[in-house]
Amino acid sequence: MDFRFSEEQLMMQKTVREFAEKEIGPFVADMESKGQFPREFLKKLAQLDLMGIPIPSEWGGAGSDYISYIIAIEEISKVWASLGVILAVHTSLGCFPLLNFGSQEQKQRFLFDLAAGKRLGAFALSEPGAGSDAANIKTSAKKTGNEYILNGSKVFISNAGEADVYLTMAVTDPGKGPRGISAFLVEKDTPGLRFGPPEKTMGLRSSSTRQLFFEDARVPVENLLGQEGEGFKIAMSLLDGGRIGIGAQALGIARAALEAAQNYAREREQFGQPIASFQGIQFMLADMATQVEAARLLVYHAAFLKETGQPHSKEASMAKLFASDTAMRVTTDAVQVFGGYGYTAEYPVERYMRDAKVTQIYEGTNQVQRIVIAKELMR
Amino acid sequence: MNIVVLIKQTFDTEAKIQLTGDGKVNDQGVNLIMNPYDEFAVEEAIRIKEAKGGEVTIVSLGGDKAQEAVRQALAMGADKAVLVNDPALEGADHYVVAKVLAKVLEGMEYDLILTGWVAIDDQSSQVPGRLAEVLGLPQANVVTKLEVEDGKVVCHREGDGSVEVLEVPLPAVVTAQKGLNEPRYPSLKGIMQAKKKELKKVSLGDLGLPAEEAKAKVVGYQLPEARQAGKVVEGEPAETVSQLIEFLTKEAKVI
Repeated sequence: MDFRFSEEQLMMQKTVREFAEKEIGPFVADMESKGQFPREFLKKLAQLDLMGIPIPSEWGGAGSDYISYIIAIEEISKVWASLGVILAVHTSLGCFPLLNFGSQEQKQRFLFDLAAGKRLGAFALSEPGAGSDAANIKTSAKKTGNEYILNGSKVFISNAGEADVYLTMAVTDPGKGPRGISAFLVEKDTPGLRFGPPEKTMGLRSSSTRQLFFEDARVPVENLLGQEGEGFKIAMSLLDGGRIGIGAQALGIARAALEAAQNYAREREQFGQPIASFQGIQFMLADMATQVEAARLLVYHAAFLKETGQPHSKEASMAKLFASDTAMRVTTDAVQVFGGYGYTAEYPVERYMRDAKVTQIYEGTNQVQRIVIAKELMR
Repeated sequence: MNIVVLIKQTFDTEAKIQLTGDGKVNDQGVNLIMNPYDEFAVEEAIRIKEAKGGEVTIVSLGGDKAQEAVRQALAMGADKAVLVNDPALEGADHYVVAKVLAKVLEGMEYDLILTGWVAIDDQSSQVPGRLAEVLGLPQANVVTKLEVEDGKVVCHREGDGSVEVLEVPLPAVVTAQKGLNEPRYPSLKGIMQAKKKELKKVSLGDLGLPAEEAKAKVVGYQLPEARQAGKVVEGEPAETVSQLIEFLTKEAKVI
């Protein structure tokens, strides 16, 4: 057993933590209240080589490891969950598929700029009629000459409207079920691609969630990722890694809530003493801290398995499930510790609570995570 | 242009200082950082290197933990480092530190020595001046703007409502003040490269120095007295004034 980060990972953690607290933290409340997309902050992340952490340097990334990437997601999400999910989607679902399935030519055209943070990535799978039932997508892609013509729509697409490249799943062979799905690299300015209005979401208000409409959208054949019919396989291969990323995001949110509750409990006085001196509050904080610690261990253990090339599907689902449920409970309790003040936008805990909710929903609902875990148990 | 930057690892500015049972400063669980004024010096050295070429060498004295601060400077962009790590330096005063640093610098080629004007732990500002004297170099202290010209540096020092501009021939010792620059965060690639850069650890023996007796010894540490809650004098103005005078003359004994 060895629970230590390497010297490099520790320095990276310290740097990202300091950067997030000092250079990002002061702007978050204002940006969230305006629902402004953090374009400038993504540039700053790129300057620190954080937009392609686990992508080899020959492809524009930092050439670091997966655990360092998870550390960055956790630390950034602790300060700003919106920025955390933008980075997670960009890296896990934007960069990784190109690294794993892209041709040399596609990597040169897309991955280099994505991993260097010059362009932003997104992933388009969910449809109005296909969320958890992802194999049931209807968006079609018909080959004519040296182009595919895409028709259909996608919903709840993170980074939509802001990203430059959308890895889009579409049906090339309707008779083949999941094996008839293919993956396309669709560029933002593709003729026939249109974006719906920004969704008004409960939390993560600085992130962008919109619909995608394909109306005879023309995608060149060289933008097919992998082979025809490999789309579903590609999408599924990304999910485990993506889930660890969302687990790390949830962990960051939970830690932020715990810290805020700890500090407030020490300051806030009632009945002539800090509320931290009451056992009712102490027990809440103790439970919150214990859950956060357990979530941390699940997330980093899953990341460790992935990093070392071991099977990690079950553990990734467990980490995502537990960390997101923990984030929901801990942020709810943090609001409770703050009492009436916690319910106001004057303090950040109400934002943490709103941000936590979606971590139980996206990247596979927690019900889907349980299905994955149970399937692995019944093998 | 080759630059040597002297750095020191210190307690975090927000660290809560406590004493151990035997009256020493307790460093258990305390977050350690690079002295913030030294960080300005590191940043300035890297900027000069980026503009004019050359090499930046970090020199520090300290235990194993001090490596973290040194690696941070390397991650920011310095090229190599020397860490004098010797148990005999425990309790070394500024006289000894300056002598050891002078010895380390003896074997190096440099045009400029940069460091912070003060360390936030002991706040003595002794080492840079002493070092300059030992090496027979000119010095410019508390500098907020630095321009490198042919064979000299132009240093700006801020006074009350005025700026003093000094021209100093190189090589020289220049100490950094807040405002000189905004230190960068190390990039992830920088952090990864730092591990591969040369960090030479040397003992006093390696330097050919005997363990030297400190001229000043710490006799003991005391924490400042905890601040007492203030007194509020309440009532009608005429009453409160006489109460206040009474307090100032009899209790506080300041008038």
